[in-house]
Amino acid sequence: MRHALALPADLPARLLLLICGLLLAASALAYPGLQPVANAGAKSGSTADHGRFKQLQGPFKSGEEVTEACQQCHTEAPRQVMATRHWTWDYTNPKTGQRLGKMSMLNSFCVGNRSNEAFCTSCHVGYGWKDDKFDFLSERNVDCLVCHDTTGKYKKPAGLAGHPAYERTEYPPGSGKFLEPVDLDFVARHVGKSSRENCGTCHYNGGGGDGVKHGDLDSSLNKATHALDVHMDKDGLNFSCATCHQTESHQVAGSRVAPTAADPHGPLMRGKHEDRNPATCQACHGDKPHKGATGGLLGSLSRGDQLNAHTRTLSCQTCHIPEFARGGVPTKMSWDYSTAGRLYPNGKPMQIKDDKGHVIYDSRKGDFVLGENVIPDYRWFDGTVTYTLQADKIDPTKTVPINAFHGTPGAPDARIWPVKVFQGNQPYDKVNHTLLIPHTAIPDDTAYWYNFDWDKALRAGADAGGPPFSGEYGFVQSEMLWPITHMVAPKEQALNCVQCHSAQGRLKDVPGVWLPAQDRIELLDLAGFGMAGFALLGVLGHAGLRFAGHLRRRKP
Amino acid sequence: MSRRVYLFKRFERLWHWSQAALIISMMLTGFEIHGSYSLFGFGKAVLFHGYAAWALVTLWVFAVFWHFTTGEWKQYIPTFEKILLIARYYARDIFTGAPHPFHPTPLRKHNPLQRLAYLGVKLFINPLIWVSGLVYLYYPQLREALLPGLPLEWVASAHLVGAFLMLTFFIVHVYLTTTGETVFAHIKAMITGWEEQDDEHENTAARKG
Repeated sequence: MRHALALPADLPARLLLLICGLLLAASALAYPGLQPVANAGAKSGSTADHGRFKQLQGPFKSGEEVTEACQQCHTEAPRQVMATRHWTWDYTNPKTGQRLGKMSMLNSFCVGNRSNEAFCTSCHVGYGWKDDKFDFLSERNVDCLVCHDTTGKYKKPAGLAGHPAYERTEYPPGSGKFLEPVDLDFVARHVGKSSRENCGTCHYNGGGGDGVKHGDLDSSLNKATHALDVHMDKDGLNFSCATCHQTESHQVAGSRVAPTAADPHGPLMRGKHEDRNPATCQACHGDKPHKGATGGLLGSLSRGDQLNAHTRTLSCQTCHIPEFARGGVPTKMSWDYSTAGRLYPNGKPMQIKDDKGHVIYDSRKGDFVLGENVIPDYRWFDGTVTYTLQADKIDPTKTVPINAFHGTPGAPDARIWPVKVFQGNQPYDKVNHTLLIPHTAIPDDTAYWYNFDWDKALRAGADAGGPPFSGEYGFVQSEMLWPITHMVAPKEQALNCVQCHSAQGRLKDVPGVWLPAQDRIELLDLAGFGMAGFALLGVLGHAGLRFAGHLRRRKP
Repeated sequence: MSRRVYLFKRFERLWHWSQAALIISMMLTGFEIHGSYSLFGFGKAVLFHGYAAWALVTLWVFAVFWHFTTGEWKQYIPTFEKILLIARYYARDIFTGAPHPFHPTPLRKHNPLQRLAYLGVKLFINPLIWVSGLVYLYYPQLREALLPGLPLEWVASAHLVGAFLMLTFFIVHVYLTTTGETVFAHIKAMITGWEEQDDEHENTAARKG
């Protein structure tokens, strides 16, 4: 037998091997997670490349399944998260005894989460909280990805009760627009440390949009310039949120509900266990941070001593955050619900925008006033905040303080703080004299945003566990304070002396502080300068008489 | 005919003019800190005021030493001798060109009115300014330890009262330097140490003295 071409007997086996090899190479390219360098772990210096863990290869059908996979290694993580306020939305302030947390608190923005849970809980670190039957004890309900996604592809749209879209979903319902499902497998293999984008997903967007609530937290911080924030400067220190909000066992340091207003100590020392908040300025800078200080032996004879003398009275933020909302994203300064409900003649809701394209009227919400580069108000603050809660009686003839910052002027534990003062005008019960929670955000036949009927919306809010509704409602002026602590400006932009030390200085309305050049006793000034003025007039008159006598004597 | 009297020794002149410069700069910066105008900028004004304060303290240490070692402190012992005469001079006789009833000698440089005025400055205005000023300067340290509840407003107001008194003294003092034999005679004497005196006056003074 003659063969024109001798083929090896094991040809089929070799071909198969080749094909398998090619397939493997292709799959390695298709799944970047399998490449040793292209993963978040390598970039962050982590010793683990999560893309290579077999637990994370999927396929995952739900967030809960991802959590279960995470838990196979991070056995304690869900339970740690469940011990935090990110999970409980419930907190009893030990100082005031008030029961706070998002579950029960009210504000002047979207007011409250009762009846709107499925909307609000897109910012809950969990899956499935859509009403009061949510299981707070189920570890698989913890959402690891919202804080640890590094791809930016993991989104929890409002209305899905904390879930991402698992399938192609019309969103908002009836809009004809569709959300593509999240690729959970891909996201799961790209987990890493929390970035500012992770935190910002919720903390930038409180109150329904970018920059709305805080004034000092918005998406401009993601790519912060030096002028916007010296610590988060992307070309400089490039801090993440957690650099300051140092987190242990998932407990994130720092809180606006129970902040540290005064921290009169030196910097924290590594390894030394102190019962101090690591997120304060002083935790790194100490309370005598200004250069050139001599320690005040000769009084405030250096710039550094002068400035350090202020730390007994002012928070660092007072001078070093001269304005908030400086990154080009406006913050809401007021929100007037009483004007909501104006519709086009065809019954459709409207939005009115300002010159820059920002919404200033929305039929669902009413009128807004926006602010950029806002000069803060200043308040004495010792870290104690009390809130007007659902059951609290209000005086509708006065502006209702949604929260109040406490602090005795001049007290050792109080400092003057910059704050954003937010003005609200929101529904209240005219009979019960309490604030009300409207049902707004869930598309059904009672939600205000879809029916523009306050009666129905307030009743639904009350029925879902909000404050009871008598049937008579009105709108009451309210005020909410936000501490300003982010967007730390370069030192050249810090307040200079005369911004406070002048007659119309920034602190002129702050009680209990006497500022040279700002404050004076008018009567004392009048008497003192009057006395000197009379002396001057007297000597001038005397000189005139002398001169006249001199002239007279010179006459022959 | 006139003769020259050596009234002000070298240290005395140095002390006087340094003190004058420091007090003028402290008034300029002080009233800026008070908010009456802006000149150097608040922060700089505070620093300059502090530097000048310590410079003046240093100067005073030497001046006090000098006064006591030389016995010059006796120049400020008050006397009411001829005080009415002198008051009448400034109120009336000066306009007629009458001679000054008092003629200084190295042992009695100041007329009784001057003595009283300078003694008032040294015993009342200066201590008021110094005590309130030092408390002001160390207020951040003092308010915790020694003076809890002492409002800065009181400290600053006391200091301001001192400043107004000093300003008034300054105006009158500068004017009175022009009331010598010639307009600049006293200032010249304070610069050179030597005062020109008419013989006649000298004799009169000697007779009366």
